[in-house]
Amino acid sequence: MGGATGAAPFEGMSDLLLEDAQPRPTPRRRVRAFDTFLLVLTVLALWQTIGSWTKGVAVSPPWQTLVYLSGLLRTWMFWDHAAATLAAFLLAFLLSALIGLALGLLFGVRRFAGDVAEPLLAGFYTIPKVTLYPVVLLIFGLGLSAKIAFGVMHGLVPITLFTLGAVRNLSPVLIRTAKVLHLSSGRTILWILVPACLGDILNGLRIGFSLSLLGVLIGEMFSSQRGLGFLLVNGMAQHNVPLSTAIVTVIVVVAIAANTAMLRLGRWTAPRPA
Amino acid sequence: MKRRHAIVFVRIAVLAGSIIFLEVCCRAGIIDPLTVIPPSEMFASMIDRVGSGEMNASIMSTFSTIVFAFVLAIGFGILAGALIHRSPRLRDVVDPLLASYYSVPTFIFYPLLVALLGLGKAPLVVLGVLSAAPAVMISTLSGLDGISPVLIKLARVHRLSPARTFSWIVLPAALPRLFTGLKLALSYALIGVIAGEFILSGTGLGYDISFAYQSFDNRAMYGTMLFVLSIAVISNGFLYAWEGRLARRRSRG
Amino acid sequence: MASESHVELNEVVRQYDGPPAIQALGPIDLVIDRGEFFSIVGPSGCGKSTLLDVVCGLAQPTSGSVRFEGKELCAEVPEGVGVVFQEDSSMPWLSVRQNVAFGLRTSGLSKKQMTERVDHAVGFMGLAQFADHYPAQLSGGMRQRVCIARTLVLRPRLILLDEPFGALDQQTRLLMGDELLRLWRETGATVLLITHALDEAAMLSDRVGVMSARPGRFIDMIETGWPRDRDSRVVSDREFGALTARLWSSLREESLKAMGRAA
Repeated sequence: MGGATGAAPFEGMSDLLLEDAQPRPTPRRRVRAFDTFLLVLTVLALWQTIGSWTKGVAVSPPWQTLVYLSGLLRTWMFWDHAAATLAAFLLAFLLSALIGLALGLLFGVRRFAGDVAEPLLAGFYTIPKVTLYPVVLLIFGLGLSAKIAFGVMHGLVPITLFTLGAVRNLSPVLIRTAKVLHLSSGRTILWILVPACLGDILNGLRIGFSLSLLGVLIGEMFSSQRGLGFLLVNGMAQHNVPLSTAIVTVIVVVAIAANTAMLRLGRWTAPRPA
Repeated sequence: MKRRHAIVFVRIAVLAGSIIFLEVCCRAGIIDPLTVIPPSEMFASMIDRVGSGEMNASIMSTFSTIVFAFVLAIGFGILAGALIHRSPRLRDVVDPLLASYYSVPTFIFYPLLVALLGLGKAPLVVLGVLSAAPAVMISTLSGLDGISPVLIKLARVHRLSPARTFSWIVLPAALPRLFTGLKLALSYALIGVIAGEFILSGTGLGYDISFAYQSFDNRAMYGTMLFVLSIAVISNGFLYAWEGRLARRRSRG
Repeated sequence: MASESHVELNEVVRQYDGPPAIQALGPIDLVIDRGEFFSIVGPSGCGKSTLLDVVCGLAQPTSGSVRFEGKELCAEVPEGVGVVFQEDSSMPWLSVRQNVAFGLRTSGLSKKQMTERVDHAVGFMGLAQFADHYPAQLSGGMRQRVCIARTLVLRPRLILLDEPFGALDQQTRLLMGDELLRLWRETGATVLLITHALDEAAMLSDRVGVMSARPGRFIDMIETGWPRDRDSRVVSDREFGALTARLWSSLREESLKAMGRAA
C-alpha cells in the first residue's frame, strides 16, 4: 500500500504519494475540470506577466515559446539532442529497474539483509548525490556512460526501497497459501508475490522513472555536449532565452505526462480499495 | 546476541569493510589516485580544510541559504497546506498537481531562476523552497486528514476555544505526519541548494566541489565532498531519530 | 415535576438537507429526571447518536427545543455535561494521567486540586497501575476507561455515553457496566446511555426508551424498577428476562424495517 494515509512501504515515501479517491460523481468532475482549466489559465497568465515584465530576459512568454518550440521541433539539432537524452535515460531506467527489482526482491525476502540495508539505502536517498557526480565522471569519463551511471544512481534506490517494502509487507497468509498449494519458489514469486506487490512496485518504478530522468538531465546540465540538459544550460549561456524556456516546457510536459500515464497504469492494474 | 544488535553490527561491519576495502585498493594502486583518493586522505583533507578556516565562507553561505530555504518552505508549506485543506474544491484541483509535482526535475528551472534573479543567493533559495515546500504541503494535508473526527468533537465537549483546539488537539494530532514532512523538507532543501550551487553558482560548498573538480584538485574536491555528505547524513539522521522517538510513544504495543 | 427534570426535549426534529432531504430524528419528546439512569435502544440508523449530539449541544435541532437545567441550548456544549464517545477518543500523544487531566486545563483549579482529582479518577477507574502508560500500550477497554475517567474529573452533572462498550467483548462489557453503575452512584449524575445491547440497557437503567427505525421516535418507555445498588448480577433476576423480552418485542419490527431499508 502506498497511500498517503496507508502504510508506506518505507518511511518518508508515503508523503510522495497521494492517492486519488474513487472515480468521482460527474458534477464534481466537471467542477474540477473547470477549476483545473482556471488554474492553467492562471499559470499561463503568470508566465506571460513574468515574461513580458522582464522583457524576455529571463523567461520567454508563453506564445513566443510555443512559436519557437514549433520551429525547434522541426530542426534536426533538437531531435539529435533529445535522442541523446532519451538513450541515456532509457538505459539508466532499464538498469535501475532491473537491478532495483532484483535487489528489492532479495532484500524483501531475506529479512535480515533487508533490515541491514534499508537505512543505508534510505540514507543514500537523502544525500545530495550531485556532489558525487565528479567521482562518476572521473570513473566513467565524460560521455554516455557517466550520464547513465548518474541516472542509475538516482533511480536505483527508490525502486529498491519500494520493492523491498512491498515484499516485506506481503501478508504472511499468502505465503502460507503458496506452501499449502505446493508451489515452487519460481511460481510463488510469479503467481503470488509479484501480483500482490504490483501496486507498490509500480509506484517505485514511477518514482524511479522521474529520478532517472532527473539524474540524466543534471548530468547533462553539468558536463555534456549533448542532450536536452546541455541545450538548456547552453541556451542560458548564450542568452537564447526562448530556447531555454522551450526546453524547460518540453521537459515539464513530458515528465508530467509520463507520470500521469504511469499513475493511471498503476490504478488500472492494481485497483485500490476506498 | 539480539537480532537488533546483530543488524546494527552487520551494518557497521559492511560500512567499515567497504571503507577499508577502498583504502586498500587506493593505497595499493589498484585504483588510480587521479580518480579516487584513499578515504583516509579524504578525511584528512576535510579536517584540514575545515580547520584552516578556508571553507568558512562557503560553509556560512551554503548553510544560511539552506536554513533560509528550509524555514521559508516550512512556513509556506504549512500555510498553503492548511488553506488547501479548508477548501475541498481547491484541494480537488491541487491534489493531482501535488501528486505529479516531484516527477518534474526542479533543477531545470534553475537557469531560468538565475536569469531572473541574478547569480546570488536568491535563485538558490527559491530553488530550495521549490524543492521542499510541496513535501511540507503534502504532509500537512496528510496530517490534517489523519486527525480523528472524534477528537474535534472532544474539543467541543470540553468547550475549547478555536486557538486552544488548534494548539491542544489539532497540532499534536497532526504532528507525526507533519514531522515527516519537515524531515523531507530539510533533505530536499539541502539537495536543492547544493545542486544549484554545483550547476551554476559563484559561492558555496556545491560550487567549491565543482570548482575543485574543474581545477583537477582532487584532494580539495574529496575533502569538501566528504564534509557535505557528512553534514547531510548527520542532520538527516538526527531528524530521523527524533521522529522515531516521537512515533514510538504513540504506537508501542 | 418541572424542578426535577434535568433534560427536556420538546418536539425535537433533526433533518439533513439533501438532495434528498432526510429526516433523521423526531419528533422527540423526552424528559430525563435529575439523577436518573436512562438508556436508549434502537435499530441501527435510527438516529440514536444524532439524539445524543442534540442533547449535548453538538448538533442543533432543525425544530423543537432542548433544555438542560431549564436553559435552552445554543450552538455549544453547556458546562456540566460530559460525553463518552463510541470511538476511542483518548489522545495518543498524552499519557493516561495527562489524558485524564486534560479536561481540567481550563478549569482554573490549583495544581494540587487537579492532581487530587486526577488521582481519584484514575484510581476509581482502576488505572492507577497504568497512569504513566500511553494509550497505544493499553487495550480497547482500558482506553475507554481512560475516556470515562477524563469525563469523571470534571464532575459533570449529566453524562452521555454513545455505545461506549461497543468494541469490547461481552465479559468486559458486563464488568464495565458495573463500573458505570458505580460511577453513577458515586457522582449522583444523570446518565444517558445509548446502546444497541438490550441486556445492557435492561440491566443498567432506571428507564429504557425504545426508538423506532428512521426517523427515530420513541415507541416504548419501560421502567425497570431496579434498586439503586444494583450490579450485573441482576441478570439472574427473573424480571430481567421479561424486560429483555419486552424490549425485543418492541424493537424487533423496527430492526427489520431498518434492515430492509439497508438491504
